[in-house]
This record gives sequence, structure tokens and C-alpha cells, in this order.
Amino acid sequence: MKKTFHRLAAATALAAFAAGFGLAGDASAQQKVLRFIPHSNLPAIDPVATTGYVVRNHGYLVYDTLFATDANFKIQPQMVDKWSTSPDGLRWEFTLRSGMKFHDGTPVRGADAAASIRRWSARDSFGQTLAAAVAGYDVVNELTFAIRLTKPFPLMIDALGKLSSQVPFIMPERIANTDPATPIQDATGSGPFRFVRDQWVPGQKAVYEKFADYKPRSEPPSWAAGGKVVKVDRVEWRIIPDGAVAAAALTQGEVDWLEQPLFDLMPQLARNRDISLEQIDPMGSVAMLRFNHLHPPFNDAKVRQAVQMAVNQSDYLQAIAGSKEYYKECKSVFPCGTPLSSDVGAAALAGNLDRAKAILKESSYKNEKVIIISPTDIPTNHVQSLVTEDLLKRLGMNVELVATDWGSVLARRASRNPAEQGGWSIFHTWWVGPDLVNPALHAPLRGHGAAAWPGWPTDPTAESLRDRWLAAATAAEQTAIARQIQENAVKEVPYVTTGQFQQPTAFRKNVTGIVISPVPFFWNVDKR
Amino acid sequence: MFAYIVRRILATIPVMGVVALFVFSLLYFSPGDPAAIIAGDLATVDDIEKIRQQLGLNEPFLVRFSTWLFAILQGDFGNSIFSALPVSTLIGQRLEATISLSLTTIVLSVSVAIPLGVLAAARAGGWLDRLVMMFAVLGFSVPVFVLGYVLIFLFSLELDWLPVQGFVSIREGFWPFLRQLILPSLALGTIYIALIARMTRAAMLDVLSQDYIRTANAKGLGTEKVLLRHALKNAAVPIVTVVGIGVALLIGGVVVTESVFAIPGLGRMTVDAILRRDYPIIQGVILMFSFVYVLINLLVDLSYSLFDPRIRY
Repeated sequence: MKKTFHRLAAATALAAFAAGFGLAGDASAQQKVLRFIPHSNLPAIDPVATTGYVVRNHGYLVYDTLFATDANFKIQPQMVDKWSTSPDGLRWEFTLRSGMKFHDGTPVRGADAAASIRRWSARDSFGQTLAAAVAGYDVVNELTFAIRLTKPFPLMIDALGKLSSQVPFIMPERIANTDPATPIQDATGSGPFRFVRDQWVPGQKAVYEKFADYKPRSEPPSWAAGGKVVKVDRVEWRIIPDGAVAAAALTQGEVDWLEQPLFDLMPQLARNRDISLEQIDPMGSVAMLRFNHLHPPFNDAKVRQAVQMAVNQSDYLQAIAGSKEYYKECKSVFPCGTPLSSDVGAAALAGNLDRAKAILKESSYKNEKVIIISPTDIPTNHVQSLVTEDLLKRLGMNVELVATDWGSVLARRASRNPAEQGGWSIFHTWWVGPDLVNPALHAPLRGHGAAAWPGWPTDPTAESLRDRWLAAATAAEQTAIARQIQENAVKEVPYVTTGQFQQPTAFRKNVTGIVISPVPFFWNVDKR
Repeated sequence: MFAYIVRRILATIPVMGVVALFVFSLLYFSPGDPAAIIAGDLATVDDIEKIRQQLGLNEPFLVRFSTWLFAILQGDFGNSIFSALPVSTLIGQRLEATISLSLTTIVLSVSVAIPLGVLAAARAGGWLDRLVMMFAVLGFSVPVFVLGYVLIFLFSLELDWLPVQGFVSIREGFWPFLRQLILPSLALGTIYIALIARMTRAAMLDVLSQDYIRTANAKGLGTEKVLLRHALKNAAVPIVTVVGIGVALLIGGVVVTESVFAIPGLGRMTVDAILRRDYPIIQGVILMFSFVYVLINLLVDLSYSLFDPRIRY
């Protein structure tokens, strides 16, 4: 008896010790957890009110879409079972797959889809183009809704299946009725993962659990289309702002997948036998230099053409990505490797400083100050600004670089004042390829003045070509118009492409099934 | 003593008021716009304007300040502009990590620095003294983030002894908790070890030259007794002052350390909030830090009477 008591006491003490030192088994440790470091913090959860790529990626976990883009740039049905359009093209009717549920257990209805599309179309530029043609939405029955149009909109399916920001995600009607400018706080969706809001610590982690009631399609996954089969129990986003520490955490196995490792650290990661460094984004991203078209000197197309002629893309790309393995020169306004890309007018981006100086001489430039606003906390944009500062000085322009943080750049960028009165002349940014793949999505090409993306070019030709492209009946016609759009862009220079770069992703070798796509998706991903 | 404490606590009210006005004004007049950040890179000016109106950012200064102040007086710090989570909840989520890091750093710093300072003073001019002083100069010179990277390289990547990043709550076990904090505390604590060791050495040297120490030595008291009971206790007031200042300065160091080691604490949250112009969070955290500063000063002042019976409140 005494012996037993001693054994029991010893076992209890051992258990207490183990618990105290964290050695005891944890139920969550039995789960398959994928630990992922996203490229930035998840500050908000509304993929419609905000345009950040990180929020878009969150959206793909939590929500589903009516249609989706596949790896061949084809739009495939996703939540939609069948759809039809009237002979006059003024009514589109969509029937959803049956049996789909939201994370709160309620069924997905046509009314939810209609309300979601209405909210999205108020914020997204492609959506706004669609909204301009919409007469109204009808809920036909539980699973069916219709969109009535005032004029035909042949790109309806392309709009509803767009891949990148802002994606028309489907939410419950009660949430989708929120004002489009007011960020939603309820992340109930019908996607393959459920957002665990009470474990969300902005700046530290975001947690997603497998949604057991999700009904994947039967097709194999292809970009955002196909079957979204979830193979892990839980996805944890760990926010590690320092790139070197993030790479070290991956090396030590503290995380499984690092979305965007620093270019500087690629050789070190590539040498590690436990880590795969792969190019999963076939399209890459496009870096660019944007002018302010409202004020001198860049209200003169000649000055813009001079800068365009001076730009040597390899200078920018080396600054951004370092190794040639991760970039390519691309002088097309549509990303190279996509259906509409072409080399029309490529000679205008020759990187020829002497010819650029000659063009500048012909222009109205009178040594006005050029202010480049540059965010030091976004290295891709800041290094481009430094290259431009040097380039414009060599071109003979009066340049000032205002180095600040991204928050200040965004605020100053919204100012339409002249550069020396709190405005700006140039900023740099980059877009993921899918956002520039055709004229409907391509915001920097727009020329609708005050309503345009900051820079505010007024270019009626660009707008009319875009309208023609939207109305084009065949792919051949679209391609021909796209070439004209590029020709016009080379002449009007709404911005200058500074190159195309590809950001590899890094993951531990026990992670398998990552979908090759411009967006990091979490379905089909398994962890051994 | 009690009346003194009450007086000092009451005196914090106007201090906090001035801090509140200063912080609010600073943020109001600083560049940046949370609406532009919410709207993102692809947004048009109209999109930003709509969000600004929704958030009430177009309201005049006095309206916004009085609304905020009124809410603060009712204990409501407001909600984050981005996540819409209450600032008090966000602070609550981060408090444990910051307090843990601060405490381990202070414990480490004090327990290493004071013996080092005492030994250096006792062996003034000797090799140990020189070694401690050399360490102090190094400690002051190497930035926290550089030291952080060096420690990660050495103890995580090369030796594989300690984790690279993150924080584990003490509820999940003492060793996992401590394991996560060793490297950050070392990185952050080095400068405080240097600071406190130097101050301890200087204060001890001053005391060791006093007549009563000579008397104690002449009476044949052991070195240990002379150093610890007679010298250290009398040198404690300036040391405690420096430790107090160190705790206050720690808040600045925590910001960098939390970023390097990806510790989800208040420092990192403040940096993120500043970069995003999440005004309610910045205001809430700065107010809280100010209160902590005031409280630490009060505790340091009160502790003087423990070491020096001549000080009475």
C-alpha cells in the first residue's frame, strides 16, 4: 500500500513537472498545422473595402467565388452550377451548386451572391465598369439570381472570376449589405477554411481551421479554380516582419512556409537540404514608375517620353531582385507571357540617355523640381526610387527624393497639389501580374482624369480603346485592340514599366501540394 | 507616507492630461492618413475620401479630441481603425509578452550588473575592473538589433539550442516560456547590464572612499560584509535611480527587440500602429506607457527610504 502511494506520488510529481516545463502532450499538437509567414501583417479582414494583397489571400481562405481563373487564363465555374444569358445579352442568370453552406451553418443562397456582387462592384474597378451597365439584381429562387443590364456586358464571367484584387468573394447577405466603404468585421464565408476570429492577434497571427462542411468541386485544382480539397486541419499565419528572422525561423523548422523570402537570402536558403525554393508564380510582378500628370513637368507628354527613353529596366531589376534568375525585362504594358503582351513600341524604352536628353530638350521642361515620394519600409519601391533619382539627375532634371514611410506616401500621393505645395511628381510601386493582364483590370492604363488611379491622366483615346476592348466580340479583336492600347500608352506614357520580377517562395520539404499560382492558396497543401 | 503617495498619484492626473493633448496633437498634425492605408495602393482619391468620412477623420480637431477624451474618461480607449478590435483588448493581448520580456530583462540585468559593478569597484584598476569596463563600453556601443541577429545566428542557427523567434505564454509551461525569452532578454539586457554595472561601480567607489568604510575595515570586518552590508546599501540610492530610469528606457528597447524576435508585445504593436496611422492604438499605448513611467518614478522615490533612513515622506 505504502509502495503504491509512493509510486502514485512520484507519477503525480512527474506529471506536474512535465506540465510545468511544457513537456505534456497537447491536443492541438495532434492536429496537422501548417505554419505560414505571409508577406505582411493582416491588419484588416475585409477583402472588398481594402486592396492589400494580404487581405486578398485571407479572402481566398475564407470565401468562395462564383467563378475562378485557371492556369490557362480561362474562367471556370466555382460556386456556380449553371448559368445562361438572354439572346439580347441584357440578362444573366446564375444557379449555385446545391448544398453549400456558410461557416455559421446557413445555406448559401442566390440572394447572398447578388448582395455580395453588388457590394464588390461598388469598390473594384472592373466591378465599377460592370456596375455602370447593371439595371438591377433579381433573386429568382433559393439558389438562383439574375443580373439585369442596361447594355450588354460580354465580360460578365471575366469580371466575376477575376483572380486578384479585389476579388468578388461571396458573403452572407447580412454582411454583404454593409456599406462598401465600411470595413466588415464578420469574416463568415463559405470557403474551405473558417477564420478563427478570437485567435486573431493583428501583427502576430491569424488562424484558420478546416471547414468540415465545405464541398469541393471534383476537378483538380488549377489556380483559383477546381477542387479546393483541404488536407491540413489548421493554417496559422505567423507574422514575422524581419526577413532575416523569418528565413531563420524557416531554417529551424519553426514555420513551414515563407511566402516571400528576401532576395538577398535566396542563396542561403537554396543551400539548405530541408528547404525547397520554388517559383510558384508563373506571371510574376510588374514594377513601375508613375507620373503625376496634373502639374509640370509631367503634364507634358514629351517630358514623360524622355524619362521613358532613359529608363534602363535592368538597372531597376538588379536593384529589386539582384539575380537575373528572378527577373526579366518586359516592355509590354500587359505582363510578358500573358495572352495580350506584345512588343509594340518597345524601342521607346531603349534605355538611351542621349536620346532621352534630346527629347527632354524638345519638351517644355524648365527645370521645375521633380519630387519623388519613396517609402523606405517597402524595399521594392524604395530601391526603384533611388535608381530614378540618379537617372533623372543624369538626365539633367532638378530632383528631390522624399524618403518616408508607406503610410505617408499613400497620404501624400492622394494630394492633387503641385509638387512643391505638398504634392508629388513621381512614385514607384509594383503590381502582381494578374492585376494587369487585360485592359479591364489594368488601372494604371486608365485615362479618366480625376477618377483615375493617382497620377490622374486624362486620355480620351485610352478610355475609348478600353471601351472597344470591353465590347469586342472575339479574342482576335481583343488582341488587335490591346496592341493599339499599347501603342497609345507608349505615346502618352501614363507610367513607365521598370521590369518584371518573380518572387520565389520557400517551404520545408515536408510540405507538398502547393498550387502553382500567382496567389498563395492553402487547399491541396499537405504536411507530412 | 500615505499622504505623499496620494499627492503623487493625484499629480499624475494633470500630467496624463498634458500627455493626452500632446499625443493627440502630434498625431493630428503628423503626415499620413489611415484612410489611404485602408484603401490601399490601388485606391482612387474618391475611395479614400469615402473611407475618411466613414471614420470621421474629416471632423475638426476639437471635435475629435473632445470625443476621444470623453471616451477615455469613461475608460473607453476606442477601437483599432483597421481591425475594429477594442484597443483595451489589443493591449491585453500584448501585455503579457511585454511584461515578461521587461521583467526577465530587468532581473537578468540587475542580477548580473550589480555583482559585476561591486566586483569592479572592489578590484578597481585591476584586470577584472578593466574587463567589466570593456564590457560596459561594448554593451553601450552594440545596437540591440545587431546583437539580436548575432545571438540568433550563434544560439539558434549554429548551436540549435534556442528558438529563433516568438513567444510562449507562461501558462504553457515555465521552461517553454523561459526558452523563448533567453535570447531577447540577453539582447535587450546587455545595454542595461553595462549601464547598471558602471553606475554601481561609480557609486561603490564613492562609498568605499568614505571614513566609515575605513573604520569597518579597521575593525576587522570581512570584505564581503564591508562590501555588501556597508558599501552597497549606502550606494543603493543612485543605483536604484538608474535601475528605475533603465526600466523606463526599456520600453524603447522593447520596441526593437520585439520586432527582431517577432514577440507579439506592445512595442511591436505600437510600431505597426504608427506605420498604419492607427491613431486609437497609438494614443492608448502612449497614454499607458506614460502612466507606467509615472508609476515607476513613484516606486523609485518610495524605495529611497528603504535604503536611506534619513529620507522621509
